[in-house]
Amino acid sequence: MASRIVTFDLGGREVEVMVRPMTTLQSVLRNQLGFTATKDGCRQGGCGSCTVLVNGQPMLSCLLPVEDVAGQRVTTLESITPAEGLHPIQQAFLDAHASQCGYCTPGMVMVSKALLDHDPAPTDDAIRHALTGNICRCTGYRPIVTAVHSAAEAVHDAADAMRGSAGERAR
Amino acid sequence: MSADLNVVGQSVERSDGIGHVTGRTRFFGDRSFPGMLHLKMVRSPLDHARIIGIDLTDAERVSGFVRALTASDVPHNLYTILGLIGVEPEEEFVLAEDRVRFKGEAIVAIIAESEAAALEAVSKVHLDLEELPAVFDVEEALRPGAPIVTSWGNNTFMYEGHPCRRVRLGDVEAAFERADHIVEGVYNTSPIEQAPVETTGCIAVPEANGRYTVYTNTQALYFSLDNTAIILQVPGNRLHFVGGTVGGGFGGKVDVIVEPIATLAAMKTNRPVRFAYSRSEEMQVSSTRSAWRIYIKDGISRDGHIIARKVTSYADSGAYSRQTPYALTKHAANAAGPYAIPNVSIDAYCVYTNRQPTSAMRGFGVTMASFALEVQMDKIAERVGVDPWTIRFINAYRNGDMKPHRKLAEDATLIETMQAAAALVGHVLPDDLRAMTSAPRDAGPDGGRD
Amino acid sequence: MARLRGTGMAAVNYPTGMNLGGDPSQALIHATTSGSFVVSLSATDLGQGLKTVIGQIAAETLGVEFGEIVVDTADTDTGPHDMGTFASRATHRVGNAVIAAATEARQALLDVASEELEAAVEDLEIDGHGNLMVKGVPSRSVRVADIAALAQFKYGRTIAGRGSYMKPKSIVDPETGAMDPDSTEAHACTVAEVEVDTETGEVTVLSIRSAYEVGRQVNPALVAGQIEGGAWMGMSHALYETTAPYYPAVDHSPRDFSEYLMPGTLEMPIVESVILEMPSSNGPYGVKGLGEMTANSPIPAIVNAIYHATGVRIDELPVTPEKILRGLDAMAHASS
Repeated sequence: MASRIVTFDLGGREVEVMVRPMTTLQSVLRNQLGFTATKDGCRQGGCGSCTVLVNGQPMLSCLLPVEDVAGQRVTTLESITPAEGLHPIQQAFLDAHASQCGYCTPGMVMVSKALLDHDPAPTDDAIRHALTGNICRCTGYRPIVTAVHSAAEAVHDAADAMRGSAGERAR
Repeated sequence: MSADLNVVGQSVERSDGIGHVTGRTRFFGDRSFPGMLHLKMVRSPLDHARIIGIDLTDAERVSGFVRALTASDVPHNLYTILGLIGVEPEEEFVLAEDRVRFKGEAIVAIIAESEAAALEAVSKVHLDLEELPAVFDVEEALRPGAPIVTSWGNNTFMYEGHPCRRVRLGDVEAAFERADHIVEGVYNTSPIEQAPVETTGCIAVPEANGRYTVYTNTQALYFSLDNTAIILQVPGNRLHFVGGTVGGGFGGKVDVIVEPIATLAAMKTNRPVRFAYSRSEEMQVSSTRSAWRIYIKDGISRDGHIIARKVTSYADSGAYSRQTPYALTKHAANAAGPYAIPNVSIDAYCVYTNRQPTSAMRGFGVTMASFALEVQMDKIAERVGVDPWTIRFINAYRNGDMKPHRKLAEDATLIETMQAAAALVGHVLPDDLRAMTSAPRDAGPDGGRD
Repeated sequence: MARLRGTGMAAVNYPTGMNLGGDPSQALIHATTSGSFVVSLSATDLGQGLKTVIGQIAAETLGVEFGEIVVDTADTDTGPHDMGTFASRATHRVGNAVIAAATEARQALLDVASEELEAAVEDLEIDGHGNLMVKGVPSRSVRVADIAALAQFKYGRTIAGRGSYMKPKSIVDPETGAMDPDSTEAHACTVAEVEVDTETGEVTVLSIRSAYEVGRQVNPALVAGQIEGGAWMGMSHALYETTAPYYPAVDHSPRDFSEYLMPGTLEMPIVESVILEMPSSNGPYGVKGLGEMTANSPIPAIVNAIYHATGVRIDELPVTPEKILRGLDAMAHASS
């Protein structure tokens, strides 16, 4: 079957790739574009290390044909890392020692981002449910759950501060 | 915390933490090289078989096929990982020669332009195999007439003439005679996959100066380099191994399986070659923790002192040794538990079967002994009529005690650790247990035990 | 049918280092022109945090800030030999090698400082924050970084050190098993609480509470990480994990994470621990190896708790719901 060109938005810039049918988004990110933060733990949809956001929804890039994201918005860990410092979720993972070997971390951070974007103040239960598709073999998960809690607080505080300063400017 | 220390004892931030949370930590698989080829294995579909023939004709026609490697391509095809520390004999094949001994054993390495091409070519290699009787249970493998897995005529690793690693202290049989209670147990454990989230793999890259750089996630860089040099019969200085950043190991990345064949493939093609296990290979082919069967017989005095312990353990090594013979020695050294027992007999067998090989995993030789022993301790407590804390305190080893392997105990703190655990959970210990220490018996307030 | 609760305990020790020794680790250290120190190793960090704790040990021995240490691992062209990361050996072995290397580098630094400050080496000290001074004379203080630069550009010297650590190989007596199989022993005692659903056979681990005696914590957060992760793995081994669910049968072996079962975020128990530090005689700053053993005591503690809850003794891992239900059936059958 012939290759075709697929265009999508990757972290705010348009990318164009030539792929054979059924090439996965994971393979395109890692092998064609060099975006290797998206990991490669099983290629079976079983570990969550390859999680990216497609239009804000967490998706397993190892199971996703890249044709399916044509014209869509793809967010990877590279694109949420700010030019200076860290994203609040990244900072929370660092502070809570939520990574040991680090291999599951990109997927964990992306799932957490999707959760907090949709539910800025998740319950413990909601956090645990959001992370069920992601495997960590090192930490026992608690530091990760703790990190998501503190990230939620940090995002909340930052939003409050921003509202506050916006309010002051308005006055 | 000691006041004279500055940074030892401080919870400083992980030095690789920012790399981990930004995804910038570079694992071996995050590298790619122009012209990189991919290696996939043709594996045995049978548990035990004679290889009659290998037909590569259809595989060679696959678009993207570059070349195949078989046993005759490997300079020193027969090896054993622990040969580096003097363990004999060499008994595992990089690529199978005339026989396969477990389902999943590597027979042909296919090198291709892409993973997809490599997998397609693998599926088109035709194997002519003659199935042989197989054995899957550690004790079945020791029965007369069992299919023989090894090349040396029986199914155990031989420890200086013995079919098991032995430890002997005192006279267990005489102590069983005078014991008030005998408690026996048999404990079985499953093989377990290390399951690091990053699978095992490497990329071997030919360099301009005639050397080969191997980017790998091995847990032991020099162990891998030295074994690779032996297998490929090249001086070690032609190899340059780079690693140190590993997506979890748990013992699963101590075997030297991917580097030798990937490096050979790079030599034969003069191109970079990547060989990484798929998740299903990690689970079905790569070494696991051994399955264990552990028999324990204890003789106990009326007051709860264990006066004799006899342990007979069988670890299922699978078809090859890998690290398991060494695990049995570690097991034998620890199989009486952290207790002071004057009469001990331990026979620890490393048994070969037609199963997936087993090797190192977290707690090497000890984890499953701890399971068996600590369940056994509860049974003893129940039999003697004391609680689980008491049975452990009265038998706990102390500094200066002679362990079954005849080294005198030092750095023993079992008693203090149990006291701290009791305090943590609010279990009130009686005064005599609370007053115990790990100090040598002749120095302690209660003197020698009996 | 009921939900039954039970408590179980277990106590273990665990040896540090490759059990028969003969397993060297080596380290090289050199100072850069700016007074940073590069520690070159071929040792591997599996995620337990070796790069971090080695930096701490090097900083402590040299007397400089942690941030001045660069740990370069692992590369066989630049890092000296290391046996590998396994056997709970890395912090103990590599740490000792790094102390030796850092001690030699520190001596080289003091030798240069001695000339520059015109003071005897034994009168000099480094304060742990990168200041080198004549003892008791704060005014005669220089930065380690300045001495490092002077060593290169004024004195033409290296500030460097070599270190090696090896426990000599022990030979096992094949008849008696007499041997020296450890460098030191760490200890743990775990109490687990479980709830068993007698209808489904499912076990919920409610809590895993442990005391650990680890000699010396180089980094308490990393120690806690090992304990918490190990408790989870122990629970996973006790109740879930197997590649051969019906050993010796070879079928039903898993191919992926939907078939190879492990607990996830919905099964997390309470994990609490206390740490005792009773320094070992031969570990760096008294360290004992901790990494592997953290999965060990939770397994029998959980299995003993299941017995305490149900009266069913299961001597086979993993303790699956099927085994519990069969055990409950057998018990009911025996009593009827």
